Amino acid sequence: MHDLAIRTEDLTKSFGEIRALAGLDLEVARGEIFGLVGPDGAGKTTTMRLLSGLLRPDAGRAEVAGLDVVERTEDVRRLLGYLPQTFAMLHELTVAENIEYFADLYCIPRGQFAQRSDELLSATGLTEFTGRRADALSGGMGQKLALICSLIHRPQVLLLDEPTRGVDPVSRRDLWRIVYGLPAEDVTVLISTPYADEAERCNRLGVLVDGILQTVGTPQDLVARQTSRPIELQATEQRLARNALEKLGGVETVAVVGQALRITVRRDGPGPEEVLKALDGAGVEATEAHWAQPRLADALLAIAERCGKDG
Amino acid sequence: MADAPRAAVVVEDLTKRFRDFVAVDHLSFTIAEGEVFGFLGPNGAGKSTTIRMLCGLLLPSEGRAQVAGLDVARETEALRRQIGYMPQLFSLYPDLTSVENLEFYAGLYGLRQPSLGTRIEELVVRLDLEAVRGQLTGTLSTGWRQRVALACAIIHEPPILFLDEPTSGVDPAVRQQFWNLIGDLAAEGTTVLVTTHLMEEAERCARLAMIDRGRLIALDTPQALRDGLQGLLYEIDADPLLPALEALASAPFVMDAALSGATVRVRVAEMGISREAAIRDALAAAQVNVVDIRAGEPSLEDVFISLVGDREEASAR
Repeated sequence: MHDLAIRTEDLTKSFGEIRALAGLDLEVARGEIFGLVGPDGAGKTTTMRLLSGLLRPDAGRAEVAGLDVVERTEDVRRLLGYLPQTFAMLHELTVAENIEYFADLYCIPRGQFAQRSDELLSATGLTEFTGRRADALSGGMGQKLALICSLIHRPQVLLLDEPTRGVDPVSRRDLWRIVYGLPAEDVTVLISTPYADEAERCNRLGVLVDGILQTVGTPQDLVARQTSRPIELQATEQRLARNALEKLGGVETVAVVGQALRITVRRDGPGPEEVLKALDGAGVEATEAHWAQPRLADALLAIAERCGKDG
Repeated sequence: MADAPRAAVVVEDLTKRFRDFVAVDHLSFTIAEGEVFGFLGPNGAGKSTTIRMLCGLLLPSEGRAQVAGLDVARETEALRRQIGYMPQLFSLYPDLTSVENLEFYAGLYGLRQPSLGTRIEELVVRLDLEAVRGQLTGTLSTGWRQRVALACAIIHEPPILFLDEPTSGVDPAVRQQFWNLIGDLAAEGTTVLVTTHLMEEAERCARLAMIDRGRLIALDTPQALRDGLQGLLYEIDADPLLPALEALASAPFVMDAALSGATVRVRVAEMGISREAAIRDALAAAQVNVVDIRAGEPSLEDVFISLVGDREEASAR
């Protein structure tokens, strides 16, 4: 058996003049939950489409479970589950009929798929809704059905492209509970997400920006590698404070978190007291500035910001 | 004493039925001028249906609503000029550029040159659209498309804005930008009703209404909702993680257990005592090694789960 579930080498793809993916080298170990994060348009979806054989690379190669994706597309598809951002469910069919349809696509004999289907229905809490038409499902339930359909053939590798987009917190928890259980079934997961709290749940993360893999590591690694430190403060006039902080030397990112402002400052940048003083000098009222606990969200924002400025 | 802020939106017993399904069930609330009012609830709770009624696009079955002092069922034409509406799927013309789309929507609202040109340039700056101004919107990524859509929705400077999941599919940096703009518009006096599934975004609202199965189940400031949460919260670092979650989820004193990052987060019934020992016992019985246990702060997600919880399945449509 192969220890690497996914391996890419110099994987490159352009659309016209837009370079979507530039020389991606990625290794995902068997049984990992690997998160792809990065801003909109970074190349996350392109990576998944290349891995599933839906797109052909301009250069480089990709392997799934040791099989070359271009040369052995059909075999790879059998090993792969793919949940794209817009999953093509058949709207006029019921939940049960959709599952059957996808089982047929993967040529699973009727006798074999029943047990698998029951398992997945109960794990997703959809057992009571097998008779409901797909177009009458809520967003959260629709995503659960899509997940069932992409797992029905017991894939070794599952690609999930922002599966929780537009899904409410309760359904989001349900979906993650299922994802978390997959490595125990020897399923490797590659998941993209725009949310830092979901990225934290992955074993390792790859940060893509502008088609380039900027860094790879555990969520803890990414936080530890942060050279800037976060400060939180309160401001009466948030907009004025934001503008002043964005102009302040040594400040890397400025974000609003709840009712507070959260900034990251470089090592040589100002501390909490100096930030307050600088704001005061600019005529902006602010209080309660203090060092805050570094978070993954800071790290992800900083990486995106740094790359944005370079480009 | 200062005058109470005027109401921009007044909703009384608003109800919508589709045959025998009650999508919106006697909703009542008021939104003050310049308020950022968040609308939360499970998928299918009736949030979008409510917004459509408030925009005059759907007739209420029962009850009434006033937006900018206008009756939404009767004064639809006048209402249209007072509101901006960004639905979940905003219609941009894919074969027009960003600026051409803005011009089109400006035309719909009767904006004419030269003020039209000034307004468009103002929005290009505010939403940072310079890079995509000449690009066909059909070729834009979701984040950019949402930005252009928001610009179109506010082209006529509406005093009241309805945003239905405006940041769905938008990356964190752009989400910050969206919410900064929402905050700025509110500071300038615009009233904003916005739906979201992201609790970090909900934290930025002045008040939140939680809707479930068409009914209002909570209405307060984020702080008050968090303060009102029943039970005590603990965060546990444990190894292995999944068995820890299972053990705690099935423990009788645990009201709610979930993963938050690589930590198990549990809410337990308050008994006037620390429940740390009970948590340790439950985990020891499951042969889970406890790395750390600490008290947790209530989050809006905890509130959401406690109010909506497992009932989502039954209510979903």
